[in-house]
Amino acid sequence: MSTPETPAAPPSPAAKAGAGVATYLDERLGTNAAGKKNLRKVFPEHWSFMLGEIALYSFIILLATGVYLTLFFKPSAQEVTYDGVYAPLRGAHMSEAYASTLDISFEVRGGLLMRQIHHWSALIFVAAIFIHLFRIFFTGAFRKPRELNWLIGNGLLTMALIEGFAGYTIPDDLLSGTGLRIAEAVILSIPVVGTYVQFFLFGGEFPGDDIIPRLFIIHVLLLPGIMLALITVHLMLVVVQKHTQFPGPGRTNENVVGFPLMPVYMAKAGGFFFIVFGVCALLGGIAQINPIWLFGPYYPDQISAGSQPDFYIGFLEGSLRAMPNWETNLFGHSISWNVLVPGLILPGIMMTLLAVYPFIEAWVTGDKREHHLLDRPRDVPVRTAFGAMSIAFYLLLFINGGNDIIGLTFDISINNVTRFTQVALIVVPPIVFVITKRACLGLQRADLNRVLHGKETGIIKRLPNGEFIEVHAPISAEERFSLMQRNTYAPLAAGPATDEEGVPTPGHKVAKVRAKLSKFWYADDMPKPTPEEYAELTAGHGHGDDHGTDVEGHGH
Amino acid sequence: MSYGIDTHGGHGTDLAQVEGDPFADPGLPHHTPRRTDIDARAANRAERQVAGLFGLSTILTIGFIVAFVSIDKEDTMYVVGLGTINSLNFALGVTLGGSLLCIGFGAIHWARKLMNAEEIVDYRHPMKSSPEDTADALELAKQGVADSALPRRKLIWTSLIGAMALFPLAPVIALRDLGPLPHKKLRGTLWDKPEHREIVHANDERRLKPSDFALGTMISAKPNDLESLEDLAKAAIVLIKINPQEIRSKELADRGYRGILAYSKICPHAGCPLGLYEDETHHMLCPCHQSTFDLADFGRVVFGPSARNLPTLAITVDDEGFLVAKGGFDEPVGPTFFERGDA
Repeated sequence: MSTPETPAAPPSPAAKAGAGVATYLDERLGTNAAGKKNLRKVFPEHWSFMLGEIALYSFIILLATGVYLTLFFKPSAQEVTYDGVYAPLRGAHMSEAYASTLDISFEVRGGLLMRQIHHWSALIFVAAIFIHLFRIFFTGAFRKPRELNWLIGNGLLTMALIEGFAGYTIPDDLLSGTGLRIAEAVILSIPVVGTYVQFFLFGGEFPGDDIIPRLFIIHVLLLPGIMLALITVHLMLVVVQKHTQFPGPGRTNENVVGFPLMPVYMAKAGGFFFIVFGVCALLGGIAQINPIWLFGPYYPDQISAGSQPDFYIGFLEGSLRAMPNWETNLFGHSISWNVLVPGLILPGIMMTLLAVYPFIEAWVTGDKREHHLLDRPRDVPVRTAFGAMSIAFYLLLFINGGNDIIGLTFDISINNVTRFTQVALIVVPPIVFVITKRACLGLQRADLNRVLHGKETGIIKRLPNGEFIEVHAPISAEERFSLMQRNTYAPLAAGPATDEEGVPTPGHKVAKVRAKLSKFWYADDMPKPTPEEYAELTAGHGHGDDHGTDVEGHGH
Repeated sequence: MSYGIDTHGGHGTDLAQVEGDPFADPGLPHHTPRRTDIDARAANRAERQVAGLFGLSTILTIGFIVAFVSIDKEDTMYVVGLGTINSLNFALGVTLGGSLLCIGFGAIHWARKLMNAEEIVDYRHPMKSSPEDTADALELAKQGVADSALPRRKLIWTSLIGAMALFPLAPVIALRDLGPLPHKKLRGTLWDKPEHREIVHANDERRLKPSDFALGTMISAKPNDLESLEDLAKAAIVLIKINPQEIRSKELADRGYRGILAYSKICPHAGCPLGLYEDETHHMLCPCHQSTFDLADFGRVVFGPSARNLPTLAITVDDEGFLVAKGGFDEPVGPTFFERGDA
């Protein structure tokens, strides 16, 4: 990016130098035109817009600390005898990968800090992706024209999970080796090709000498390379399509209101990068994470109780634990549903539903407009309820991933925790759906009340006839405008089954399904009042003191 | 952000305002100046605060360097709330984190207090191209297709599709040597080989005798002269001693030796080594997914996601009184694979 145009006043040496650099670059790259377009690019402000930034910054931290770690890490399964400074393991046989991780932790000054920053920022990276995804989902930021960026984001999430798992595995400690063994079982469960995939991936039987270097190159080159490219596109699309904003006075679907990139967002976003980095560094200094020396080197016949993966793999661990022990044996072949379903099919379905949701909603809505104004979650109750339901499902799996810890902590039988989860996975999400939808509709009603009857003042007035009424004050035009910005959709109609001559309408069955879905999505929504309705309701009470003191029940 | 905030006034000159429409856009609220906009002393104070933070960051970075060169990497210290921790790591983390945080807080403080806080408006344009551009692009594309001669020369198209569809086979086939074919490798273990039938302790590799076992003892073991982790990953076993009367069937008791039974240590669900044995119930629990096996009853699954019982290994003693396997397992051990079948 180039520097700003030279001011008219006598230029300072810095401005002169800046102009010199700008000219040099412009004559070779034409950067001044790009600068004109982007230097004062407007970004709207809202705390939730920082969530994606956290993901971006922790990715940069991961690249930086990751490069440092590769300078010392030896991705090799070669067996060595440890003779380093960590006394409890001296003399133990272990892989070079594990030994070099011990060396990074104990012999390289600052090595432990870098390892811990790397691990903490990996956790923050995945967590930030999740929260950023929630923001996008619940505010409808995935709607046209941003569906493609939604898909890119989904791809990034999937890759982040695999990337994290690979990074967690390569130190070859007892905990990570156990995780790898489970991953091997999941691969083996793939019908027809599973055994071959496992032999090709591991270079033979588990564990073999090949998997550590292979996961290493996947972790440090293949996936980060693809992710870096996708993140670049992800951000370029934000620039091209401009950021979404919440509705408010002066904020419409046709504009974007906020602060300019230079200087405000350069300072704020740049500063925020340092804050994220600073928090990771502090955590690396004071909060121990993944102390691999306590777990010991990996041996396929050893295990420690209470083995837990990193949090983002927890839902898979939970689904493996919750699955009933089903297996089919036919014609000398086996399909182990007990591993295949929770390990691959279920996460596959979850990711697919997530990816296609924007397209389903667009189809049900029939809305082909561009959307740059964000929804408030309450204004799209079915979407919000789907989101809450999915999160509930995910959380149940996640919690069951720690069923042993829960059982131990609360002194209940693990078997009961698991049985509870099995039932809850089916029962709880629909309940969450209904509650969320009802809550959204209630909030919609409260909004409508605010628009039509004003806000509560907390003043109770006694009329001469002894009746008590609650005084409502009108809300500002700004708030009224903001509240009226939501989209309302009339449920689509399926149209007649046959045309005037009795010929069946093509696609009528599909149209009927769509009309049903559309009704499910939108039939319960509160209607927006028209200006006439509003005038009628408010006119009866006049303006001034008595405004809004209507008594005809602003029911709750 | 400005949601539901009572802001009065508003210019709204740039947006159409329908006369009498109560829901019309009142336009952007007036900008309210901050204290630093109107009070020079407040602004100067903010400048000093920002500079102070940047200065503190510099000091902390120097502190990082000092800590790096002066603290011994094996020193430990006691920190309240954290316990005894590595001094160097603690000092490096706190100084680095502090210096980065100071830069971040300084930059944001600067932006919030001293940079122009008036919001500006930019206009969006539909993502869709204008009809003229679309028509021009279409025209150019048509020209391009015509210039390529493809419409008249279908053979090129057909053969190109064939070539493009097939060429990825080359890199895919080149991956062939990533690993060997599975053949029957997953079916057997080292116990199948007569020269690897001696049962040795998992840790110190001494040979095990029946006298090593008291009632309730559990010992992890493996075959003698193990060469690779791949062999260990399948051949690992646990030996337990159960009161012979509590063994559910004679058939199972016969596979053991005077109450000592040998089972695969590898969970048939996902391959985790089993570890938690409860002597009273004879239940063996997998710490990964809690499959529970009854070791007094042929390793029958009593709970959890495992679809298969835990395989047993038939054992006896040799002439010298050491425990040995009679042969290999009767079935494949470890997680199920597609070609496994019921056998």
